[in-house]
Amino acid sequence: MQWDIVIGLEIHVQLATKTKIFSGSSTAFGAEPNTQASAVDLAMPGTLPVPNEQAFRYAVMFGLAVNAEIGRRSVFDRKNYFYPDLPKGYQTTQLDHPIVGPGFVDIDLANGSSKRVRIHHAHLEEDAGKSLHEDFHGMTGIDLNRAGTPLIEIVTEPDMNSAEEAVAFAKKLHSLVSSIGICDGDMSQGSLRFDVNISLKPKGSDELGTRTETKNLNSFRFMEQAIAHEVERQMDILEDGGRIIQETRLYNGERDESRSMRSKEEANDYRYFPCPDLLPVVIDDAFIESARDLLPELPDERKARFMEQYSLNDYDARLLSDDAKLSAFFEAVAEHGKDAKLAANWVLGEFSARLNAEDKSVAQAPISGEQLGQLVARIADNTVSSSGAKKVLEALWNGDGDNADAIIDAQGLKQVSDTGALEAMVDEVLAGMPDQVAQYQQEADPKKQKKMLGGFMGPLMKASKGQGNPKLFNEILVRKLGG
Amino acid sequence: MHNKSVAELTRELESGKISSVELTREFLDRIKTEDQQYNSFITVTEDQAMADAKSADEQRAAGKASVWTGVPFAHKDIFCTNGVATTAGSKMLANFVPPYDSTVTANFRAAGAVCLGKTNMDEFAMGSSNESSFFGPVTNPWGLSAGEKRVPGGSSGGSAAAIAARLVPAATATDTGGSIRQPAALCGITGLKPTYGRVSRYGIIAFASSLDQGGTMARTAEDNALMLNVMAGFDPKDSTSANQAVPDYTATLNEPLKGLRVGLPKEYFSDQLSPAMEQQIRNAVKEYEKLGATVKEVSLPHAKLAIAAYYVIAPAEASANLSRFDGVRYGYRCESPQDLNDLYTRTRAEGFGDEVKRRILVGTYALSAGYFDAYYLKAQKVRRLIQQDFINAFKEVDVLMSPVSPSPAFVQGANTNDPVTMYLEDIFTIAVNLAGVPAMSVPAGFVDGLPVGLQIIGNYFEEARLLNAAHQFQQVTDWHQKLPQ
Amino acid sequence: MTISREDIEKVAVLARIRLDEEQIPALEDDLGNILSLVDQLRAADTDNVEPLSHPLDAVQRLRADNVTETNQREAFQAIAPATEDGLYLVPRVIE
Repeated sequence: MQWDIVIGLEIHVQLATKTKIFSGSSTAFGAEPNTQASAVDLAMPGTLPVPNEQAFRYAVMFGLAVNAEIGRRSVFDRKNYFYPDLPKGYQTTQLDHPIVGPGFVDIDLANGSSKRVRIHHAHLEEDAGKSLHEDFHGMTGIDLNRAGTPLIEIVTEPDMNSAEEAVAFAKKLHSLVSSIGICDGDMSQGSLRFDVNISLKPKGSDELGTRTETKNLNSFRFMEQAIAHEVERQMDILEDGGRIIQETRLYNGERDESRSMRSKEEANDYRYFPCPDLLPVVIDDAFIESARDLLPELPDERKARFMEQYSLNDYDARLLSDDAKLSAFFEAVAEHGKDAKLAANWVLGEFSARLNAEDKSVAQAPISGEQLGQLVARIADNTVSSSGAKKVLEALWNGDGDNADAIIDAQGLKQVSDTGALEAMVDEVLAGMPDQVAQYQQEADPKKQKKMLGGFMGPLMKASKGQGNPKLFNEILVRKLGG
Repeated sequence: MHNKSVAELTRELESGKISSVELTREFLDRIKTEDQQYNSFITVTEDQAMADAKSADEQRAAGKASVWTGVPFAHKDIFCTNGVATTAGSKMLANFVPPYDSTVTANFRAAGAVCLGKTNMDEFAMGSSNESSFFGPVTNPWGLSAGEKRVPGGSSGGSAAAIAARLVPAATATDTGGSIRQPAALCGITGLKPTYGRVSRYGIIAFASSLDQGGTMARTAEDNALMLNVMAGFDPKDSTSANQAVPDYTATLNEPLKGLRVGLPKEYFSDQLSPAMEQQIRNAVKEYEKLGATVKEVSLPHAKLAIAAYYVIAPAEASANLSRFDGVRYGYRCESPQDLNDLYTRTRAEGFGDEVKRRILVGTYALSAGYFDAYYLKAQKVRRLIQQDFINAFKEVDVLMSPVSPSPAFVQGANTNDPVTMYLEDIFTIAVNLAGVPAMSVPAGFVDGLPVGLQIIGNYFEEARLLNAAHQFQQVTDWHQKLPQ
Repeated sequence: MTISREDIEKVAVLARIRLDEEQIPALEDDLGNILSLVDQLRAADTDNVEPLSHPLDAVQRLRADNVTETNQREAFQAIAPATEDGLYLVPRVIE
């Protein structure tokens, strides 16, 4: 049977506030255990929560960035369950009146198409602490530094139909929350955590199948693997005539296997009710507008601007706009490089390849946008050939000089663009290759002729010691051979 | 000196007739010799009190004294006190010494008052007789001479009994469904439950967050006003605290009552009230007429549903509020837990008393899947109807007057086997908490030698009017001055 | 209103309170009586009535995002039942 895959995501995003959602404790990562757990965070008797304004501001910024309705009156609820990393015995969250209502994100797919993924809502809540299972004489150690860190939980509609779409959405969301500055984006520290809801239905059917939830995927690679694994598992069961059980599963990325998680509460009954220690939070127009003012240019807006301002194609514009740092780097290159299209090619080509090879981020690049831009300017005005430019980049990258012009001079990479000198070289080379000249002139197919030109270029470059402008050589060749 | 009010003691201290050290010593000695009969204190902080008294005397000598400097008092053992055991009357917190102060206790420290210790209470403030305390029941000073051990009421029974027995002139208390007013009435003292949000809840061990309110207990209305001056105010640490200006509650005590419009809710003069009790309340109302008040009957049509709504909302909130007592970070932990579930279930089974467990179970049930709408949501809707009753009543009158409890102090053990009968003890006090309005209990006579309390209920944030009405009554009556034998 | 033994056992699990067998009959009576009292609510006409969560019709005040808490681990863990290396200890948690 043919199956449709239906995927919805729940994403927990840690907000980059200085303090916790309900207390003035620091949220800085990496502190000694329980040194950032205050009386409120430890749920000491009699202590009370007071919400952090910045958490609301960040949540509203997120809402605006995904074209969502903002909850003008949001209410905190208590979700009751016992767990050692949950000091109060309930999590303070938002059930019926979240801060962010329905919205959407458009994702671009590899085949060039784009797709809209709807956001059901996003709500504010507090993170739990951490359980450490190292050897404490058969005991578990509890660190509550993370307890109370503000999160937004983003819940999508089940609008994705493949691992590719889900990962594209996840990457887009990661780039979005990082670029608007509400999350540090560090997935290795759990700043974004993905839960994936997956179900299958017979191809074309309108009825959704039973879904499973795979929890806490903290890399895109694991997410892709986990989806593939779960789709296969469900398909095997369904094709054997079995039924999918609604459950939460834990995926082990190292072993590519998953298992059903022992549920936190045998019969989950969270007994949600409005938190009586907190009042409804009312968000007014002024608050929303002040949050809007803090929003930087969003990737989608930037992409549109790049296509307009730099005449980039859709594909290049998307690659250059997703990541704010790469975008800024590109714009510096374009500014100094005069030719935006050429700048885009060099940023996405040589520059990105070098970063990838060295596993570096844009911020870690050893060269500046200005430096690369100066080099691009020299390619654009024919001072250096593209092969020469690669040598210049190599030198810049390794710190053997910090200025393209100086390196071009020092390494003698300046192209010869003096037409008289180049014509003399062409005459000399053609005189030494009479057979090839004859062959060329007998050939009727212009395509094949064009290919044959390459045979003359090698000797020409050799004659010019690599400094002849290839474009000019080409023009002269065609003219002389055709004559 | 131990028969004097706070206002009088302040004057004695000011005049230099007595020092705080002497005064504190006198009250501590009384606690030592007398409290075995009452069990009104869980913890007596003798050394700390003497040290505080000494520094209060130094402050006074340096000319830096205020009204409370050097005046002894006590805290209900539900207010967290930095470095002093805070038990909430529970085995769960028998060993709990918080490293922080509640806002209220911090305010009293700042005012220079001398805390003598922590008073007994029903476990987690759940009770109306003070019999659910892990530290044993409190005995009402009234009725002992007849050889009967009667309850002081609850949950603030320790504070009320200690004041009635002249072990302290004043004590803090809390009121979730009547826990200040009912023990004040049963012990013949004056108590005030302020408007919800008037006094910070920060550091008060929570029972039901939307109902809990800290308040005052003393013999006179004037002393209640002096206490509220210290306690009331906005607190940035309590999101539900009211950001409203605090008047000087003593400034208006002497306003004449002429023209005060008194309403008598007919639902509070029903068959549950004995004729003898009713007579005392009617007599008190007559005194108010003599003082120039006008009296009319009003109706709180939904008042009869208050107990039902309360016994959904309060246990529901409590069931979550008490989840933090899990044996992990503080408080009681069962011996050698086998696994996590054993740690939780045994710690909570052993650490909580029966009444607390009953309420947690009821609250858990009321919030659980399938019952939420019928119980919790319905109760919250009824709560709005009850609030609306008060709003409507206060369009017609300035204050409401009623009995505090249906009967005077009962004998210990009389109701312990029947939770529901015990709950009905709060039938006249609970609606006030659901609406969040302020109310007082003022001594208003005796039935069979036992004190009777008059409840005066005011509109939101009209504590000053209540204190004024109670103070004027106490200028023409002496019920609040009677001493238990 | 009655409450069944199964319901009592279920809520005791949710509330993490161990019940001994002999406690259950008394709880059936007591909780049943409490729920009967509570059942008076059914008589109220609450159509079109908004639930009331807070007596004051106030809105939440928000706090500025400034660190105000300092490390007090030593004081807090001095009153903890079991700690090691700054961690609170509980019996092994199996996910």
